[in-house]
Amino acid sequence: MDLLLSNFWAYTIGGLAFGAIYALIALGYTLVYGVLRLINFAHSEVFMWGSFAAVWVLLALGAKGATGLGLVAFLIIGFAAAMAVSAAVALGLEFVAYRPLRKRNSPPLIALISAIGASYVLSEAMGLRDKPFKWFGADDNLADYVGRPREASPLPLDVPTVRLFYIFDYHVSNIDLIVLGSAIVMMVVLDQFVQRSRLGRGIRAVAQDAEAAALMGVNRDRVIRLTFVIGGAMAGAAAMMYLLKIGVTRYNAGFLLGVKAFTAAVLGGIGNLRGALLGGFVLGVAESYGSALFGSNWKDVVAFTLLVVILLFRPTGLLGESLGKARA
Amino acid sequence: MLLEVENLCVNYGRIEAIRNISFTVDEGEVVTLIGANGAGKTTTMKTVSGLRPVRQGTVRFEGQDITSTPAHERPVLGIAQSPEGRGCFVGMTVLENLDMGAYARADRKTPKIKEDRDRVFGLFPRLAERRSQVAGTMSGGEQQMLAIGRALMANPKLLLLDEPSMGLAPKLIQQIFDIITEINKQGTTVLLVEQNAAQALKRAHRAYILETGEIVREGTGQELANDPAVKAAYLGGDV
Repeated sequence: MDLLLSNFWAYTIGGLAFGAIYALIALGYTLVYGVLRLINFAHSEVFMWGSFAAVWVLLALGAKGATGLGLVAFLIIGFAAAMAVSAAVALGLEFVAYRPLRKRNSPPLIALISAIGASYVLSEAMGLRDKPFKWFGADDNLADYVGRPREASPLPLDVPTVRLFYIFDYHVSNIDLIVLGSAIVMMVVLDQFVQRSRLGRGIRAVAQDAEAAALMGVNRDRVIRLTFVIGGAMAGAAAMMYLLKIGVTRYNAGFLLGVKAFTAAVLGGIGNLRGALLGGFVLGVAESYGSALFGSNWKDVVAFTLLVVILLFRPTGLLGESLGKARA
Repeated sequence: MLLEVENLCVNYGRIEAIRNISFTVDEGEVVTLIGANGAGKTTTMKTVSGLRPVRQGTVRFEGQDITSTPAHERPVLGIAQSPEGRGCFVGMTVLENLDMGAYARADRKTPKIKEDRDRVFGLFPRLAERRSQVAGTMSGGEQQMLAIGRALMANPKLLLLDEPSMGLAPKLIQQIFDIITEINKQGTTVLLVEQNAAQALKRAHRAYILETGEIVREGTGQELANDPAVKAAYLGGDV
């Protein structure tokens, strides 16, 4: 208790920063659930592939050691690479794992199995990436990219921690600011897009009543692809933030984060965008306080206990269920 | 001929919901399909709007074969539907719902949209009062008006109305039918599916009677309304 009280703002800001990462990943779960009523369990691997994209692109560009404006440019490139690859992987999932099943009117359970299968395929493809390269006789120049596939790959970027300003007694760092700042910007942009743009309204229409949306001229398949791309891009951004906070990624990094983000989505009310954001932040902060109170080994226990308790009292999550009913 | 449906068969799995029906709607008409629950009225509507795949037969709109045109491309051609059960976007406001009606229009950014919105508000003053209200919080009658108004926002040549009187108070039913007649007078062709056969026959130029997936009678609204067999089966004596 003393630990939490004496470092209250440090634990709060730290929790919010991790919460932002959960929230961005949770958006992907909730968007796809909104339009397809499907839990895209492979979304965690979309995140993981984005993190490797950032690592490899920065490695290829020789980003290590860059300072000043060069460092800023590499940060932006890292975000762009992760977002682009995650969006592409998410879209690929829709085409390979979900769309063919939907066209055959398969029951929802089948799509769920497909999601779990796709998740393992994506994770193990990364964890066994050295094998196919060896078959094709890859040389040692590629060792940084494909070598030691089951170990952690560090972000090849030296981001010095700079303390910028105080919030009460906590000295906010540049990394806190990048993570929280870019997350909030992306959330606001997405929220406005869904609320105000024509395509955003199309997404909400499909989520609320897919048949009526078709009668209005909304192309459901296009909306579905759009939600996978948006959700993927958000997961990619989260992947870059994760690398900035943790410093490394690995082939199975998606699993626990995916479970947490899914938890955040359910906590906030699955299908509800603002719910996913709220759920992410609540979960991040609760975890952070939990680790201060009981030790960091306990933070997952605290997080999931919180989920169960909240769902006992509010079965539809904090903000209620649907993308539409709570007005996105 | 605006709409021509020829030898249409539609299945739900192995169940034949519609067997070999043919009917036409001419420009400027109000045509009604009446029949009991499960006769295939809603299936027919959903097939015309493209929500149900056709097993056999053709649907032609303005002479063009649209049998396999996807539903979301039909509003562009000039077909709009107010579906059974209204299908309002319950989390959107009245204005947002109306904007959804114009989603597919090429001229959606022109002042024409505002004119059409004013036309809808003229027909349904209630919607103008509630323009910022979320649809899900409105009464059934108001949602019905919204569903019809939303379909009108597509500026359709053919308006499909599926059970517009369902679940409404008698006074409101009268009002909705008056508005349908007014919409038709303003130049929109209407295909109307109804269980309220009395009102539907009174308002329609022509009518078809569906029984277990087949058309068993057709004629002008007046002819059928005065037919003893139709009276006994659908009108319960009081028209």
